[in-house]
Amino acid sequence: MKLLTLNFLTCARRTCKSSPLSFPLHPCDAELEIADVDFSLDFLRNILPRLEWDAMVALCSELSLPLSATVPAAAELSGAGDEPTQSAKDLHHLLLETNITAGKLVCGNCGHEYAIKEGIANFLLPAHMV
Amino acid sequence: MKDYLVRLVQVHDTFRVPELEALAEMAGVELEVVKYANDSPYCTIRLPSTAAASALISRSILGSAIYELWGSGTTYDDLHDSVKSRTQELWLLYKSVSFRFSVDTFQGKRSTSAQREIIESFSYVGFDGPIKMNNPEEEFVVFEEYGFRAPDPHKFYFGRLIATSARDVVQKYDLKKRRYISTTSMDSELALITANLVLAAPGKLFYDPFVGTGSFPIATAHFGAKALGSDLDGRSIRGTKDRNVLSNFEQYGLNGSWVDGFVADLTNVPLRIGKGRWLDGVVCDPPYGVREGLKVLGKEGVGTEPVYVDGILAHLEGYIPPKRAYSFEAMLGDILDFATATLVDRGRLAMWMPTANDEDIDLAIPSHPCLKLVSVCVQPFNKWSRRLLIYRRIPDSKVDGEAAAVRKKRVVGCGLKADDLNAFRKKYFQGFKEQNPNLEDGGGEK
Ligand SMILES: C[S@@+](CC[C@H](N)C(=O)[O-])C[C@H]1O[C@@H](n2cnc3c(N)ncnc32)[C@H](O)[C@@H]1O
Ligand SMILES: [Zn+2]
Repeated sequence: MKLLTLNFLTCARRTCKSSPLSFPLHPCDAELEIADVDFSLDFLRNILPRLEWDAMVALCSELSLPLSATVPAAAELSGAGDEPTQSAKDLHHLLLETNITAGKLVCGNCGHEYAIKEGIANFLLPAHMV
Repeated sequence: MKDYLVRLVQVHDTFRVPELEALAEMAGVELEVVKYANDSPYCTIRLPSTAAASALISRSILGSAIYELWGSGTTYDDLHDSVKSRTQELWLLYKSVSFRFSVDTFQGKRSTSAQREIIESFSYVGFDGPIKMNNPEEEFVVFEEYGFRAPDPHKFYFGRLIATSARDVVQKYDLKKRRYISTTSMDSELALITANLVLAAPGKLFYDPFVGTGSFPIATAHFGAKALGSDLDGRSIRGTKDRNVLSNFEQYGLNGSWVDGFVADLTNVPLRIGKGRWLDGVVCDPPYGVREGLKVLGKEGVGTEPVYVDGILAHLEGYIPPKRAYSFEAMLGDILDFATATLVDRGRLAMWMPTANDEDIDLAIPSHPCLKLVSVCVQPFNKWSRRLLIYRRIPDSKVDGEAAAVRKKRVVGCGLKADDLNAFRKKYFQGFKEQNPNLEDGGGEK
């Protein structure tokens, strides 16, 4: 599961949706793996304004990965001739090439744990939680 | 604005104009449909330029080529008059280029000698360049349209080829050649058309909440977009070791376009809503509940699930989530609510749903105050039909606030048995033949 995806995931429980504590989910016992993905400036430009940056920063600090506390401006993504900057490449690497292959995601509101196995998270809830 | 003739394929007729409109929107060109009929493959449109015509057709699945329209008529005399009055000043431009003429008949036939005669009747244009059958600089086509089983054509067009489409990609993504499919995988042609209708393009992010084997994310990826997908059935995403959703992306060299798959129930989807909206499109073919009845997570039916024996179960979570019946209509409503909460302004929702030709069981097209219905395309089968609905997210500032407030109080249907809830399913078992529409050979002339 890519770190980008974690910026969109919350607890699946309806009762948690309204709580700010249910986002972002907290990785636990996470195994990280890097996998190459073709760089796309179009995608970074499009997605950057849609990210919850504070959640990104919190996630990175929990995983001990470096990330600037302030969102890079769109203009910082490319230099002359639309060449991607180093900060664009770093962001791409973090969002799209860094994966959690195993571990758990924990809701900060209800404490429910969602397992990640082989990079695929399972958000199905036991009956008493639906 | 100038007139162009689009040579459409004569399949999925009601999808064709919506596709042209979507292609125009993506190419950023103004489009006016001048002449179109569901039973004809010849469509006259008006566009600002030849460059716009090329851009428009390049991604088309249901159009095979676009022509500069030189003339049209209901007889050959008519056609020649039309060509002479519209294009006389253009003839000199093509005087010495290499060229070729051909005859395209719809529902009709012409012998080689008849074709030659037709072509020779255009000799007044005075082209002196070499005739080249392969890769000529210019290609001119005479189109003849016949009524069904009619002996003679009733409509004629003459045009200069501007560009052909990329319709061949339908073959590339053919399900018969795809390594991982299921009985409900969407056929490649319809998946690619759907991707056009949601304006899939580089940089965009899509989501399929019923992703199954990934047919839609693959189609949006073909056009350069990335996608997320989820499914209630973890087995569909995981597949087996070397046949799964990710391996399908690998088969086509599209790995980087598959962001992630996860296991989730649409009625309890773990995606953020309420903060900023973040999806360019939601694309899905929800379960019709035909084979098993519609199920979502819930309390009823604990312990009634089958146990798998092929080892895949080991990948699951250690419990099999119980499921309860849910109505199809309620599920469609949930999809519209979800799309409203997550789509960026002008982002699109594509949703397939069954309909029926039989009045009694017609399912209403669902509506939402924040979503504008852009197009309704119908795919008929022998005894039932389904439709593809396309919606566009209306910016909040333009939404009818009162209607939106009422919508928020919507009650979702649950608690009943699937049989009682799902009119379509009942009808299906009463008489429809079980079949996967996506694996049927597309009938009719192409
Ligand atoms: C018609 S199929 C879609 C097939 C998919 N387009 C493909 O290419 O394989 C419907 C899918 O919805 C899934 N499904 C059924 N109920 C669901 C629910 N409540 N939430 C999420 N997915 C569900 C099924 O497991 C099935 O894979
Ligand atoms: Zn929670």
